[in-house]
Amino acid sequence: MLQEEEVTHLVLFYENRLKDHHLVIPAVLQGLHALSLCEVLAPGLAVSVLKAIFQEVHVQSLPQLDRHTVYSIITNFMHTREEELKGLGADFTFGFIQVMDGEKDPRNLLVAFQIVCDLILKDYVLGPFVEELFEVTSCYFPIDFTPPPNDPHCIQREDLIVSLRAVLASTPQFAEFLLPLLIEKMDSEMQSAKLDSLQTLGACCTIYGQKELQEFLPSLWSSLRREVFQTASEKVEAEALAALHGLSACLSRSVLSSDTEDLLDSFLSSILQDCRHHLCEPDMKLVWPSAKLLQAAAGASFRAGHRITSSIVPLLLEQYNQHPQSSQRRTILEMLLGFLEVQQKWGHEDEEESALLCSRAPLCSVLFSALTDPSVQLQLVGIRALTVLGTLPGLLAPPDVQLVVDHLTRLVLHADDSQSCVAAMEAAGSLAPIYPGAFSGRMVQRLAEELQSEREEEGRRSMQSLRARCLQALAAVSTHPGIVHETIPVLLQCLRQVPKGNVPARACDVVAVCQSLQQVAVQCQRDTESCWYYHQTVVPCLLAVTVQAAMQENAHSPLGKLLLEEEVLSAMVPVVSAASAHLCPELAAQSVSQLVPLFLDGEVSFLPQDSFPCPFQPFQGGQHVAAQRRLVALLMAFVCSLPRNVLIPQQDRLLQELLALSCSCDCPFTATAAAKCFAGLVNKYPAGQQLDQLLETAVSRMEAGLAEGPLRSQALALLLWVTKGLVLRYHPLSSRLTDKLLGLLGDAELGPAVADGFSLLMADSPDVLHKGCHADVRIMFRQRFFTDSVPKLVQGFHTAGPGVKANYLKGLSHVLNHLPRPVLVTELPTLLSLLLEALSCPDHVVQLSTLSCLQPLLLEAPHVMSLHVDTLVTKFLGLTSSPAMAIRIAALQCVHALTSLPVPVVLPYKPRVIRALAKPLDDMKRLVRKEAVVARGEWFLLGSPGR
Amino acid sequence: MVGPAPGGGSPLENANPLIYRRSGERPVTAREEDDELPDSIDDREIFDLIRSINDPEHPLTLEELNVVEPVRVKVNDAESTVVVEFTPTIPHCSMATLIGLSIKVKLIRSLPERFKVDVHITPGTHASEHAVNKQLADKERVAAALENSHLLEVVNQCLSARS
Repeated sequence: MLQEEEVTHLVLFYENRLKDHHLVIPAVLQGLHALSLCEVLAPGLAVSVLKAIFQEVHVQSLPQLDRHTVYSIITNFMHTREEELKGLGADFTFGFIQVMDGEKDPRNLLVAFQIVCDLILKDYVLGPFVEELFEVTSCYFPIDFTPPPNDPHCIQREDLIVSLRAVLASTPQFAEFLLPLLIEKMDSEMQSAKLDSLQTLGACCTIYGQKELQEFLPSLWSSLRREVFQTASEKVEAEALAALHGLSACLSRSVLSSDTEDLLDSFLSSILQDCRHHLCEPDMKLVWPSAKLLQAAAGASFRAGHRITSSIVPLLLEQYNQHPQSSQRRTILEMLLGFLEVQQKWGHEDEEESALLCSRAPLCSVLFSALTDPSVQLQLVGIRALTVLGTLPGLLAPPDVQLVVDHLTRLVLHADDSQSCVAAMEAAGSLAPIYPGAFSGRMVQRLAEELQSEREEEGRRSMQSLRARCLQALAAVSTHPGIVHETIPVLLQCLRQVPKGNVPARACDVVAVCQSLQQVAVQCQRDTESCWYYHQTVVPCLLAVTVQAAMQENAHSPLGKLLLEEEVLSAMVPVVSAASAHLCPELAAQSVSQLVPLFLDGEVSFLPQDSFPCPFQPFQGGQHVAAQRRLVALLMAFVCSLPRNVLIPQQDRLLQELLALSCSCDCPFTATAAAKCFAGLVNKYPAGQQLDQLLETAVSRMEAGLAEGPLRSQALALLLWVTKGLVLRYHPLSSRLTDKLLGLLGDAELGPAVADGFSLLMADSPDVLHKGCHADVRIMFRQRFFTDSVPKLVQGFHTAGPGVKANYLKGLSHVLNHLPRPVLVTELPTLLSLLLEALSCPDHVVQLSTLSCLQPLLLEAPHVMSLHVDTLVTKFLGLTSSPAMAIRIAALQCVHALTSLPVPVVLPYKPRVIRALAKPLDDMKRLVRKEAVVARGEWFLLGSPGR
Repeated sequence: MVGPAPGGGSPLENANPLIYRRSGERPVTAREEDDELPDSIDDREIFDLIRSINDPEHPLTLEELNVVEPVRVKVNDAESTVVVEFTPTIPHCSMATLIGLSIKVKLIRSLPERFKVDVHITPGTHASEHAVNKQLADKERVAAALENSHLLEVVNQCLSARS
């Protein structure tokens, strides 16, 4: 370590050497750079070093590396000796200006720009050199730099743009020089210059005030206006609107002294003057650009919003009434919606001062007239606008609210177009929490009446669709706890009516009720109390009706059978699951202590129905329990959705029963439900000896079942689900089970089912074993499964007999299809040859999944794919005449994707592909022709001017 | 065969044109998804081919400018003929030939070879209607126009998908 005195000597020595022959200068600078890092530099030396450099060295005649050293010396001193350097005053600034004047190298510029930024932000004295400092940096604006290919320094154009922008937008002192420059560049023809200027202007607006902008506002406005009115590029338009928003925000922010004029007001006036009249021509092109400009300015502040809204909204209302055509009215209403949304941003600020208050009545009447207009499009915009209006405080008077609810109810029930009906339901859903009283009193009641009434005179079909709409609307409007308490009983009533038989029922009717119930459950999940109410009311009711049905089944009642159909039970599963997944632990424990005894011991006492004709014993052997066993699906939905910390009473007994049922039941639906339930519980079971024992029992039962006999496919389902449950939690046994599955791929009887099972392993299953039901799911399980199983799949493929090769390809396709793209891209080179082979496999599933696997790879890994272009072109073109439409479409999408490979690679195939694609242009299916047109059009553009 | 190219800094001929709404994507029917049933080529399908062609001057499609309309497209799949009438935005539009050429090229690239494609101006909507129609009907002149790389560039730009 050097002493302070030694350092002083060295510094003086080096300073003197600066006067020496130019050949030694680089070495001297290296030395000074090292010294600039010394902590023991005596006070005053930093200044003297810099002075010497400024005086003796002509920096810009040095090579790049030495210039970089000079910048580094300056940067080091600025970090450690800020006070001393500031003592130099404006001389330091001037010295630096001379150092960087004429710099050309992008690496040095990045450092130099940083120094200028620090100069300004750390308040160094700029003195009379503000303009010089601006000149020496602004001469690089706009940055026009393309990094050379194979650039080792990795400096991107964007880096330079951002750091220069930081300099230019660092101080209001530059404003008088910068703004004219920005205006000039905005007016240029180059799009990049326009974009950069607009973005820089936006950045400046965050630090400028009235004073800086005043002089330039008219020219800035006219440039911005031109960009939005005339541009062909959405990007330029977006940036111009953002800059206008910035300007308006900046003017709104400035503090006014008493004698200055409020520039915001005059600025907004000029915007209004130039744009307002275009809003009166709803058919012309400039109507939307004008509206966007006004909305951008209005969105900047409460004041700006108030000024513009209070001028524009009355105008638009008047225009609405003057233009009777519905297409014109729609445009006007869409603009109005935009202004309402702007108002929504500031709506909470001051209710009393809302600019809309005085147009409230005409606004409501215009919106109501839109809702009764025959044009669907107009209705849709009207509904959206009313929704926004309803969320603004104080704008809907109570009678108006009632009117809104009545209109929405009318649209829900009677709108001819399903779009309006859906939109009305959504609107009801978003407004219901704000006006719960009006919705429960008017809408829910009306819907319930509709559901109860039986009208004979209308056709059965319209009855069906009306009923469906009522059910959907009841679900949509259940967004407030108070309303949920009213809608749930109505929905459950619909469900109970089914077994009583006063309506001729079909499975899809029950399914529709279940879907509505599920939607309500999802909407209730956020609120603990509603959630519990829902669970307590809905789950026992579902169980009661199904248990009842399962007992009546012996009597061959057709209605009871309906409730036990696979379709219906599968629709109930998500209802129960959604009702249980978000319970708090205490309530869940309470519920589980009733439900598990119901299934294990037939404890029916908690069900709302008290008399059942016979005991409920789904797990007991017996003559008539086949129907009861189907309800295991509901048990699965409940116990597999509970949070992991909820203890399940008699869990081990339950698991044994499920295991036995899954292997012995000849009904595939019941067996699969039991297997899923078992797997779902095993997935959450704490690791340890007990789990290992349990799994051993399961494995031995599976092996026995798989070996032979009529229930092999049941055993396979159990194996698949248990494997999935274990793969998800990274359980060590999972690899043994996976190997077992891989072995079964070669099985002549089960092979195809196993291959399909791989998709089950990799996909998210909708009812059990997913994050929503608190399963133990490790985030990387797919990658891990891929790494473990794919080499074995590939090996298996090569050694397998010809009859079963397709099974391996199919399994592989499923695994690849579910793998995240980035992983797939890195793994691709080893697998590509196999995938290409898979394209020749006659199995349609394999072909389709291989094509859908290759298509994104063509877009994302063009270089790897380029190596195989010859094979790809041949195979894809061959598959465009496959007998299956889906494969023809996928193949054509791949042919299209080929155009994203490097042009020189694909260009030689252009004539051949264009000729080959003439055939699918005449395909008998329209969807195929559509893809062929797109692909062929893109191939025509390949290598052609104007692409 | 076409006047000055657009974008040369000259002011637009019609800076604030009337614009029309785009029709949505054609909804896919159950029949179309059935592997077995053939779908014949109909007017809407032809219209869908040309409606998204870009106007050479405006950042708008021919549909938005109402240059092409569904009612002015006629196809006969059995006889393999297509007739398209297009309407320039103003009677003196210098881009009429270019627009016609773009429509024609798009149809030639997108339809099976068996089709005979006739593209012409809606009668009575353009000052030099006859001359333009004659050029568009002349196979050799169309082919020659596409040999011109500058013209091909403009046509390709009209046919490129907007990014």
